[in-house]
Amino acid sequence: MKDMRPTLMLFIAFTLILGGAYPLIVTGIAELAFPSQASGSFVADAGGVSAGSRLIGQHFTGAKYFWPRPSATEDFPYNPMASGGSNAGPTNPDYLKTVAQRVRAYRESGVTHTLPSELVQASASGLDPDISPQGAAIQAERVARARGMKTADLGRLIAAHTQGRQLGFIGEPRVNVLELNLALDAMK
Amino acid sequence: MNNYGWMQTIVFFAVLLAAVKPFGAYLARVFRGERTFLSPLLVPCENLLYRVCGVDRDEEMPWRRYALSLILFNLAGGAVLFAIMLLQGALPYNPQKLASFPWQLALNSAVSFMTNTNWQAYSGETSASYFTQMFGFTVHNFLSAATGIVVAIATIRGFVRHRTDLIGNFHVDLTRCILYVLLPVSLLVAPLLVSQGVIQNLSPYKKVPLVQPLTYEKAKVDDGGNAVRDAHGNAVTERVTVREVTVPMGPVASQEVIKELGTNGGGFFNANSAHPYENPTPFTNLIEAFLMLLIGASLTYTFGEMAGNTRQGWAILAVMLAILVLAVGINYAAESAGNPLVAKLGVHQVNLEGKETRFGLAGTALFSSATTGTSCGAVNAMHDSMTPLGGMVPLSLILLSEVVVGGVGTGLYTMIAFVVIAVFVAGLMIGRTPEFLGKKIEVREMWMSIVTVMTSGVLVLFFTTLALWTPQAIASMANPGAHGLSEILYAFASMSNNNGSAFAGLAANTLFYNLTGSLAMLVGRFAPIVASLAMAGSLAGKKYVPPSLGTLPTDKVPFALWLSLVILVVGALTFFPALSLGPIVEHVTMLGGK
Repeated sequence: MKDMRPTLMLFIAFTLILGGAYPLIVTGIAELAFPSQASGSFVADAGGVSAGSRLIGQHFTGAKYFWPRPSATEDFPYNPMASGGSNAGPTNPDYLKTVAQRVRAYRESGVTHTLPSELVQASASGLDPDISPQGAAIQAERVARARGMKTADLGRLIAAHTQGRQLGFIGEPRVNVLELNLALDAMK
Repeated sequence: MNNYGWMQTIVFFAVLLAAVKPFGAYLARVFRGERTFLSPLLVPCENLLYRVCGVDRDEEMPWRRYALSLILFNLAGGAVLFAIMLLQGALPYNPQKLASFPWQLALNSAVSFMTNTNWQAYSGETSASYFTQMFGFTVHNFLSAATGIVVAIATIRGFVRHRTDLIGNFHVDLTRCILYVLLPVSLLVAPLLVSQGVIQNLSPYKKVPLVQPLTYEKAKVDDGGNAVRDAHGNAVTERVTVREVTVPMGPVASQEVIKELGTNGGGFFNANSAHPYENPTPFTNLIEAFLMLLIGASLTYTFGEMAGNTRQGWAILAVMLAILVLAVGINYAAESAGNPLVAKLGVHQVNLEGKETRFGLAGTALFSSATTGTSCGAVNAMHDSMTPLGGMVPLSLILLSEVVVGGVGTGLYTMIAFVVIAVFVAGLMIGRTPEFLGKKIEVREMWMSIVTVMTSGVLVLFFTTLALWTPQAIASMANPGAHGLSEILYAFASMSNNNGSAFAGLAANTLFYNLTGSLAMLVGRFAPIVASLAMAGSLAGKKYVPPSLGTLPTDKVPFALWLSLVILVVGALTFFPALSLGPIVEHVTMLGGK
């Protein structure tokens, strides 16, 4: 078959162009133009020590930190090596028990409001760095009590860390939990 | 539901519509071999490639030769990809020293990427080296996309040409598709994604100290990797404190853009486009959804322009978008209505299980419909955790053979097959010889269209039934009852239609799913391709019949409605029983509070 040679040669040529040249060119452009984003959007804490990526959530428990969304990653919550969701179906009895437990944890921390869904439902990536501004607001009283601060001060901190919709209408308003907690630690 | 959500959806579709004509016209110029604004830069590269590879650019091919070259090209690619995964441990660009893939997983993954399915039974961050991601997956994202597009172009030529057996040159079509379309868009958009936070590097994975260390109970394993059990048979656990975590890195942006543009959908990471490093902001979410739809939607205009009747292209696009927008609306409404079983516990009603905060319900509805209306299969949310009706939307879009707007190329040639069927049935009803674009539709064209449209349906029902007879296959279900059936149905719908998304709870990395899935993906991909090329060959050989009074106008509203009906009826007749036992039963159960 005389088409054999051009067919196979094209495959080899495109493997080199698309698998080698193309990603390397994009890497070059990315590292020149957006070095911080290209390497993972890492942030430093108040002391200048690397404290993780602003895009990859971390797990926080205990009263003095804002709690992020539940995470269903394997081994432990917010395991960046095991991104993924619970894949629980909406009528799965085990899943409903888990949600009920999470609701109880918030009730025990003194929250009486109807809970924003994201606080008790696990994210798709298991690494979701954000919660809604409402989700942060209902935790403010607990954090204020634990740190001996004023709830109103925390309200202002949350507002300062709230990212609005992009271009005014895309997506949902959100608060980055890691950055909010780092700011809290920086305040003391 | 809120007004911002609707506004975002409306703006999105307006921008998409605005892009269809210029981009579609550009595609037509590329595949007619005409000059474009990129020609000064690209013609030398193109000529060099032809010379080095021994391509005779002026020699056109009959359909059999076109199909054989295409299949040879794909099989060679699949074999090399299979080999890359088997040898991964010994190849460079592997800073994490990841081991090679086991053979059955490598086979499934190779078939998956070769067929534009990108079904993934592995998770990227722990299984695939940078070499595999770049020289394997990224390359195949381009090649399988180009394969789909050139088949659509060849199919169009069947209608446009008369009394010839030539439908184009596979090598030239493929080369021009990559050089003039896929590569420039990728190079343009990848840096934009990086600016928003998509990573792009070849560094080893990073160790990051946790602000608050955490402890968890870990199941103890012995040296052989088996769980240690105590005298009562319970798993023994040990307390582990985590002070730092490992964050995966990689050349993500370069793959992310072609994964969406080529409607491939294979995630760099396990969480796919829900991962903050793949899809960091609501804006990237819209860009990625836009890329998925761009080529599929624009090809309808290319079709109209090449066939000399742009109204025909718009009529087809109208049918596609009507169904797609309806799907977005239903999913948005169902997820907003949420899960009453969770709401009852004192939680707001919206269902955010398996969704990311930043996208919100509107961004998720748009993405999940776009990814299953095309053959993309990238996910920004876990479809498995959607409400029963919300999750039925992506499932149904796949089962409708992915024609709204469809995978790159595949959407158009599948839609053309639906048009041929619609014309034929309408012709029978009004007692006229069926014609479409001046070509008589006869038995051969009907056969080829039926093969194109029905292959996936037969595969889905056959393999789902087989799975339900196989105890090991049932054991893979992650959720009990009706939802478990939905998981298996979704898996074979996804693989047979070369989508690649999943109700991901299903434990799919087993011998049964790897092998049956490979077969479903191969047949689901190449049977429609060969049928479409055969139809193109047969049509190109026919003479042109000028429209007469008795010709059914196929570019007007009544035909568009008829076409929508044919698509929905074929889908409903094939899958209604299976859907009633899965999502519909679950919906009723959920409302009943069980």
